[in-house]
Amino acid sequence: MCQDTGTAVVFVELGQDVHIEGGLLPDAVDEGVRQGYTEGYLRKSMVADPLRRKNTGDNTPAVVHVDLVAGDRLRLALLPKGGGAENMSRAAMLTPADGERGLRAFVLETVERAGPNACPPVIVGVGIGGTFDTVGQLAKRALLRRVGERHPDPYYAALEEELLAAVNALGIGPMGYGGTVTALDVRIETAPCHIVSLPVAVNMQCHAARVGRVEL
Amino acid sequence: MHAKHLNTPLSDETVAGLHAGDLVLISGVLYGARDAAHKRLVEALERGEPLPADLRGQIIYYVGPTPARPGQVIGSAGPTTSVRMDPYTPTLLAQGLKGMIGKGYRSKAVREALRHHRAVYLAATGGAGALLARCIKRAEIVAYPDLGPEALFRFEVEAFPAIVVNDAHGGDLYAEGQQVYRRATPA
Repeated sequence: MCQDTGTAVVFVELGQDVHIEGGLLPDAVDEGVRQGYTEGYLRKSMVADPLRRKNTGDNTPAVVHVDLVAGDRLRLALLPKGGGAENMSRAAMLTPADGERGLRAFVLETVERAGPNACPPVIVGVGIGGTFDTVGQLAKRALLRRVGERHPDPYYAALEEELLAAVNALGIGPMGYGGTVTALDVRIETAPCHIVSLPVAVNMQCHAARVGRVEL
Repeated sequence: MHAKHLNTPLSDETVAGLHAGDLVLISGVLYGARDAAHKRLVEALERGEPLPADLRGQIIYYVGPTPARPGQVIGSAGPTTSVRMDPYTPTLLAQGLKGMIGKGYRSKAVREALRHHRAVYLAATGGAGALLARCIKRAEIVAYPDLGPEALFRFEVEAFPAIVVNDAHGGDLYAEGQQVYRRATPA
């Protein structure tokens, strides 16, 4: 597939009854990334410092999100996130008055501006609510779902379908050469938010969408 | 779609015969360079130094490949997003560069420089790097080996597939292609 084998984004569901021995969980994840990217001949795309830009040489560190859940299992979901589509992602602090209409305009504007750069047909992850720091994570979390897996709330499921149709009416098409399929899916994840806020984020995912899951 | 066969280096006549939407199969040499290599090339020119490769008539491919497995010429080698090279491109076109392969929109300054210097911008299929790598028969590092996947490469390619996006006459496949399928004005 793509030579951009991405930032290793790892979502961890850690059962409360799990006890990890012999070291720290993030260190173990980084060791896995180091081995996987080296032995698998994947590209090392991480720089240690955003401005001084020296490559770390082994694609570490991973971006790790940990959720505590019930039970005695450890579940990992790995999303190797390419930079081209990530660069076309956007977030905004809308106002409550902007509402569904404002959200819709923001999503369409983001996909339109991304155009061919995000390697369409894309998957559009939409985060709504939470706070400035969490809305991006909601959008990224939406990318973990399977294509066509609708939001459990019928209101948001209908909004996903409506946005998908609107995105595909943009005509951007595969690789931006024009066509009826600009997005394969639009997925929404939401969280409660402050009375004055309507945070929104759109995380673009290229068609080389790779997700791996493991349960220990 | 009928493909046009191109051999590098490109002449002005060959470039003039290319139009937005043309499918081409390129054989010959491609230079591989992206962000960091572009920065060094342009800095060398600013210091009045010669470039490590003669770019006249040549094509630069925006690519940062994965490492080659044992026995492979190169790993996955697809196009990266071109817009990041926009600040450097007009300077290289002025040096006689005739083409670039990448993906995504170019700036107005680059599109105007393509017309002025009679050059073309081509796109390869993003996400299909493993497939495109099969067209690369030889790969070597010409300069800046310390940059790793961002070094200046020299590739020998056979029938490398690309599509003309911006031609030397002002044609733009992205604008023209999307117009045909557009059914809505975004809110």
